[in-house]
Amino acid sequence: MTVADITSPTDETSKASGTKADWGRTLLIAIPYIWLLIFFLAPFVIVFKISLSDVVIARPPYFPTFDLSEGWQGFLAMLQAFDLENYVWLTEDTLYLNSYLSSLKIASISTLLTLCIGYPIAYSMAKAPQEWRATLLMLVILPFWTSFLIRVYAWIGILKKEGFLNYFLLWTGIIDEPLTILNTDTAIYIGIVYSYLPFMVLPLYAVLEKLDTSLLEAATDLGCSPLKSFWVITLPLSLPGIWAGCFLVFIPALGEFVIPDILGGSSTIMIGKTLWVEFFSNRDWPVASAVAILLLFLLILPIVLFQKQQEKQMEVSR
Amino acid sequence: METSVLTQPVCKFAPWDNPAQKPLVRFENVTKKFGDFTAIENLTLNIYEREFFALLGPSGCGKTTMMRMLAGFEYPTTGNIALANTNLQKAPPHKRPVNMMFQSYALFPHMSVEQNIAFGLKQEKTSKAEIKQRVEEMLSLVQLEPFAKRKPHQLSGGQKQRVALARSLAKKPKLLLLDEPLGALDKKLREQTQFELMNIQEQLGLTFVIVTHDQEEAMTVASRIAVMDHGKIVQVATPAEIYEYPNSRYSADFIGDVNIIEGKIDVTTGETASLNWAEGETPLKVSTKQRPNHGTTCWLAVRPEKLRISKEKPENADNCIKGEVWDIGYTGNISTYHVKASNGSILKAQVSNREHLADRPITWEDTVYIHWEKGAGVFLEN
Repeated sequence: MTVADITSPTDETSKASGTKADWGRTLLIAIPYIWLLIFFLAPFVIVFKISLSDVVIARPPYFPTFDLSEGWQGFLAMLQAFDLENYVWLTEDTLYLNSYLSSLKIASISTLLTLCIGYPIAYSMAKAPQEWRATLLMLVILPFWTSFLIRVYAWIGILKKEGFLNYFLLWTGIIDEPLTILNTDTAIYIGIVYSYLPFMVLPLYAVLEKLDTSLLEAATDLGCSPLKSFWVITLPLSLPGIWAGCFLVFIPALGEFVIPDILGGSSTIMIGKTLWVEFFSNRDWPVASAVAILLLFLLILPIVLFQKQQEKQMEVSR
Repeated sequence: METSVLTQPVCKFAPWDNPAQKPLVRFENVTKKFGDFTAIENLTLNIYEREFFALLGPSGCGKTTMMRMLAGFEYPTTGNIALANTNLQKAPPHKRPVNMMFQSYALFPHMSVEQNIAFGLKQEKTSKAEIKQRVEEMLSLVQLEPFAKRKPHQLSGGQKQRVALARSLAKKPKLLLLDEPLGALDKKLREQTQFELMNIQEQLGLTFVIVTHDQEEAMTVASRIAVMDHGKIVQVATPAEIYEYPNSRYSADFIGDVNIIEGKIDVTTGETASLNWAEGETPLKVSTKQRPNHGTTCWLAVRPEKLRISKEKPENADNCIKGEVWDIGYTGNISTYHVKASNGSILKAQVSNREHLADRPITWEDTVYIHWEKGAGVFLEN
């Protein structure tokens, strides 16, 4: 062992051969950027603009509007008419804060539930004999072949007072009185867990399937019981899958509108539902836009923090 | 026994020759089947304390299965495996005083070098101070002190190999299993590491069992070698014994380079058998204690370096074959002459290159004589 071994050999990055390759690379990278620019940044700017406007009874139902014919002066006039009134309004009425908090709570709990149910499924799929795995994977994706909306509606038939679940439980004698599940938070949890389970199972399966079994053999060989080796080897090594699955469930669950609307009760407030009411019932586009923008920041923050944390960890291990 | 012929050091390490010695590992009539496939067939084998024992064979010969049965990842279908007089029959891997170094190293990627080495000790409720001391000992043993805090992905292949070795040694196992431990290293590093392994084994006084398909590696490191073929042990002996006195064509061929000449017994006089090997050629003489009957088919194995090659017909040689130089393999230190005999078979003779290339007289298509003493060859009946 010499000092030379300490510095690991750095990969010699091949120098770009000529401008032709550079052009091709630029073009390749440009395509997704242009896509994001058109379909994400532009709508975001429009929504942000509306969120700074005032509500009016007109078409479109906000003011000021951007009119190209008025030129530069018109643009400046529009800028002057902008204010943060709608954002101030969101802080004044507790409804919005409660919606955000309630959404956070429901999304967090259902993400946790999905993880608890999804992990064993993914684990047993990864441990299944090779020839079964494709079929099992197929079964996980199978629900997507039916419309999401229809599947959520189908849960009404299962969960309602005279539904299949109550019928079955009464028949087995576990309960004497039918349970009230539909139109409660429980129904929302069931709906979210059911709908988003594949998004949890798939990334977890991808990680667990690649897990080197010789690592577990090495752990047991060194005196670690099989149960403990799950906690010290399998679980830490599947963390990337856990994070990916949790984000894939948490983010859509936070803004979920359909499931609380169909399965939840009138007392359940979620930010997605509040947004819908502002937009369609109150026709207050500017406030609805402000809610949407805040929701976006609420989501971006944890993602950015998570990525920073990941980067820091990579730095430490280097 | 032929062993007596070999020159051995005065106080030799040979517990296998001592009937009073109790073996550390005992395979008793072990059979292992995977479905219809028999991986190990009725195998009996003793491995002694402080041995460096090599299981050698081509892939699929069952050597890895034997090692996995010792580690506890597989259980024998029938038969017994005992370690230090305890039956290992039902012991799960985490309850065996056996550690294994994996071919892929199987280092835990989310743990540093230190944590990897400490892993086994932590499972035993060892005190923190003791773990720390032991890890330091291991790190210095494999000379990896500056790398303690690194993660496996920041190490080179050779360094990973050392970490894997340190991790498997940390618990001072009664038996250390090494599954193709040097397979992933390049040739130079492999040779260097072989000697390091031997030193460590001697220094710690442990018993090592190594699985390898590389005969040179087995020859270098092992005290004894078991040559395996299709789930059976063909021969168990010291490297020198296997090389000099293989018991079959399979062992002779698997270890080192060899010329095998098939023939029929002409006569057996005293301890010398004569072999008719080709029409119109003088029978070949070979020393043997067996008394094979006239006309039985048998083989003569002789190592290329034991053959001498000359342009003039030698006087009083026990065996001499006339032939033509067909090919010359030059590897720097030695030249291998491929000589075609009258019956078309090719014999290999190795000569070490003491002189410069220009001074060597034998070249392609020369008529040469290959000759050797009757004691240089080995008589084989199967």
